[in-house]
Amino acid sequence: MNEIGIKTIGIIGAGVMGSGVAQRFAKYGYDVILIDISQDILEKSINSVNRNLMIDNMMNKEKTDVKKVLSRITTNVDYQALKDADVVIENIPEVIDIKKEVYIKLDEFCKESCCFLVNTSCISITEIASNTHRADKIIGVHFMNPVPMQKFSEVIKGFYTSEETIQRIQQFLISAEIDCTVINDSPGFVSNRLSHIFMNEAANLVLEGVAEPEQVDKIFTEGFHHKMGPLHTADLIGLDTVVNSLKILYDSYQDPKYRCSPLLKKMVDAGLLGRKTGKGFFKY
Amino acid sequence: MNIKEEVRNFLSRFVGDKTFEDSDNIFENGLANSLFAMQLVIFIENNFGVTMQNEDLELENFKDVNSIVALIQSKLN
Repeated sequence: MNEIGIKTIGIIGAGVMGSGVAQRFAKYGYDVILIDISQDILEKSINSVNRNLMIDNMMNKEKTDVKKVLSRITTNVDYQALKDADVVIENIPEVIDIKKEVYIKLDEFCKESCCFLVNTSCISITEIASNTHRADKIIGVHFMNPVPMQKFSEVIKGFYTSEETIQRIQQFLISAEIDCTVINDSPGFVSNRLSHIFMNEAANLVLEGVAEPEQVDKIFTEGFHHKMGPLHTADLIGLDTVVNSLKILYDSYQDPKYRCSPLLKKMVDAGLLGRKTGKGFFKY
Repeated sequence: MNIKEEVRNFLSRFVGDKTFEDSDNIFENGLANSLFAMQLVIFIENNFGVTMQNEDLELENFKDVNSIVALIQSKLN
């Protein structure tokens, strides 16, 4: 147990984000309980963590003890396994009704002192917290993908999030070498309100035949010196997640500037989700 | 398209306008990060229907076009 009283972390959702979060915190010495709805998903997640650690070792001079990191991650399909968790990080899809159900269960199974970190890029933390009896211990942490490589996250203070929770979670993130900035709650926060306008409009430019995906991104990388263009970013996030986030932004603000591009919708329907399916705006 | 052409096509998307030989070390060509390495491994597995084992994940196997092609061929045989 460290000075902030965190030893065991529960992680809900073993997709790309959840697996990345599990890898990150297991690497920094935390005991991780990874939860998802099926053993098959959990097995794939562990395989991907193993793979990513091996690739990291291939690329970096500093080597990680892969077996040791993996030994810190246990998997389960039952929320009861979280009864001793000091912190839970939730990483399920950006669908408010599914998230609400999860928080009602977490509130029931987790100990009173346990803080819940909502890993979201757009859902209101205050709304999530209203489904629990511990609104002071709920905080948004928008981890950036790929989590094992990032050194920064956007932290969101809900209406009732306590100062104690903010400080505890800031220290928790720092213990895994993740810096952050704390902002107030508003759907989409800073990151997605800006980035999704770029990604959505980039898709519209492709749809209208104004520019090819390579050209759109080149203007950002070569012209604006961004490390990655909006369409590569959309592919990295996953186009399904981008569409879900745009829907939340649109529903929250009722502003047509967040209306999802028909091309994004069509690509998601066709299973072209980006990097995770091998094809999106670009081929992988 | 043969294996070498497919590998070169994939890499050329990352190196931009730079030219590279089959024996040029791609990791010394500005591509030395884990994200690129992950994409490269996924590309090889998806495109050629092979599976990388832990022991395959050595820099020597991925350092240039020739090494990548040799690795894919050894997996296909």
